[in-house]
Amino acid sequence: MATHEVLIEAKQLVKRYGDFTAIAGIDFQVRKGESFGFLGPNGAGKSTTMRIIAATLNRTGGEITILGKDPEKFGPEIKAHLGVVPQTDNLDQALTVEENLYIYGRYFGLSKKFIRPKIEELLDFAQLADKRDVKVEALSGGMKRRLTIARALVSEPEILMLDEPTTGLDPQARHILWDRLFRLKEQGVTLLITTHYMDEAEQLCDRLMVMDKGSIMAEDSPAGLIKTYATKEVVEVRFGSDRNAQVAPQLHELVERIEVLPDRILMYADDGEELLHSLSQKGLHPLTSLVRRSSLEDVFLRLTGRTLID
Amino acid sequence: MSTRQGSLVLVDAEKIKRRGAFAVVEARVMIFLKYIPGLVSAAVANPFLYLVAVGIGVGKLINSHSGGVDGVKYLTFLAPALLSTAAIQNAMDEVVFPTLEGFKWNKSFFAINATPISAKQIANGVLLAALLRTLFSVTVYGTIVFLFGGFSSARGWLALPTALAAGAAFGAFIMGMAAWAKNDDQFFMILGRFIMMPLFLFSGTFYQLSTMPICLRWIGWLSPLWHTTELGRYLTYGHHLSLVMLLVHIAYLFSMFAFGMKFAHRQFERRLTK
Repeated sequence: MATHEVLIEAKQLVKRYGDFTAIAGIDFQVRKGESFGFLGPNGAGKSTTMRIIAATLNRTGGEITILGKDPEKFGPEIKAHLGVVPQTDNLDQALTVEENLYIYGRYFGLSKKFIRPKIEELLDFAQLADKRDVKVEALSGGMKRRLTIARALVSEPEILMLDEPTTGLDPQARHILWDRLFRLKEQGVTLLITTHYMDEAEQLCDRLMVMDKGSIMAEDSPAGLIKTYATKEVVEVRFGSDRNAQVAPQLHELVERIEVLPDRILMYADDGEELLHSLSQKGLHPLTSLVRRSSLEDVFLRLTGRTLID
Repeated sequence: MSTRQGSLVLVDAEKIKRRGAFAVVEARVMIFLKYIPGLVSAAVANPFLYLVAVGIGVGKLINSHSGGVDGVKYLTFLAPALLSTAAIQNAMDEVVFPTLEGFKWNKSFFAINATPISAKQIANGVLLAALLRTLFSVTVYGTIVFLFGGFSSARGWLALPTALAAGAAFGAFIMGMAAWAKNDDQFFMILGRFIMMPLFLFSGTFYQLSTMPICLRWIGWLSPLWHTTELGRYLTYGHHLSLVMLLVHIAYLFSMFAFGMKFAHRQFERRLTK
């Protein structure tokens, strides 16, 4: 659904806090209608980048435009077209579900005539119609998250920004949320997502920017990243924590790349089953073995030498 | 889902730049309306109890001893000070709690800051809403003073605008303090013990400041309460004020308000862009 129209463009973007460099000169472009993800561990600079885009944090250097405007000069003009879902919900606890949607519409200067039917639509979207008169503090984590997203949609923003949208949610709540976000994507809303979950990034993003320590490690579609930085399949084997390191050299003879993790060894191959077969021919019998498709986790491990969630 | 118009059609940033603070007022009023019984009972009960105990009880003693204070009945002398005190208290409550809540407890100011509404507009909206509630409370208070016979003439009602001025000047300054404070508990302790209490006791509330030893009068000079009380007494029953002092009182209140707003704006901006 992405078009050629560039909505966000950063050139050599830098953010420093004293001696600490949160963003170390990054370049990226986000096009209209695309779903763009920032993937990286905590402290990679994802949220800082998001805040600069949201015009709530000034950069230290470089250039950035959102909808063609500089956020430091045109804060309100840019914010008028963003829907922001922060990492921690900041709903108004004193108000009900419905009132939270209403007042947020008012913050965008929308008329009551527009907001009233919009609330109904958003309550349906967030599956909160039966909770409309409930105070926010009584909602579950997943409901609060859906309400925060619904709230961000009240002004029909050009760009919806989601910072770690499903962190802290149970699997069912995550899937409901993904479904809702997918629908928005289908409507052509440009999505900007930060996440440290690979499955989330794979599900939701057309294009990903892998970040670590304030820099961009790679940028491509999820499939493209996997293709470039990993093999088709991965074989995970366990020989017991003391033997893993011991057998590693022998395993390396079979494949070009292995990763020795504390609890298991990852072996990268295009045909996992065949590799397992060669293992047993060599007289190596792991305690457990698993063949799976390569994922973004493998890409990240390759790019940074670290796992995404430590 | 209905047809999407999109924010490019729907949202007018220029309009929000002009009127954004009123949306913040609207949010505050939505919250006030939930506490109407509490607001009304506080607005009625506090002055009622105060007027019975101090205005009538102490007043009777003073009136019978010396025929009142400053040439008028004790309650008439006291009324502008009580109204200003109530205004300060109300304005303070309505700026301190929302500010701490907005920045710290539920971070709702950060949610507003994600919209086209600016940090300054948030501060303006919070103060404006606080003054709306203050207006309500001092009007109720004024009515009760009137019913107790505390106004010597219709001019007595002029104590309401002076009280509101005290609320605005002090409210702006305290809002800045609340945004600046890192530690809530400490903030409340300092505010209650070292600011509110001395102001109330040493601002010529119950007696004329001139009867205090000179070494303690400075507290009154710094206090917006003293300045508005003097203005209130001047307007309501003709308490003597020189033209110079009249101008000093007005200038003091204006400066405190202007400084307070500037301070608050800076703190709000700092907190929201950190």
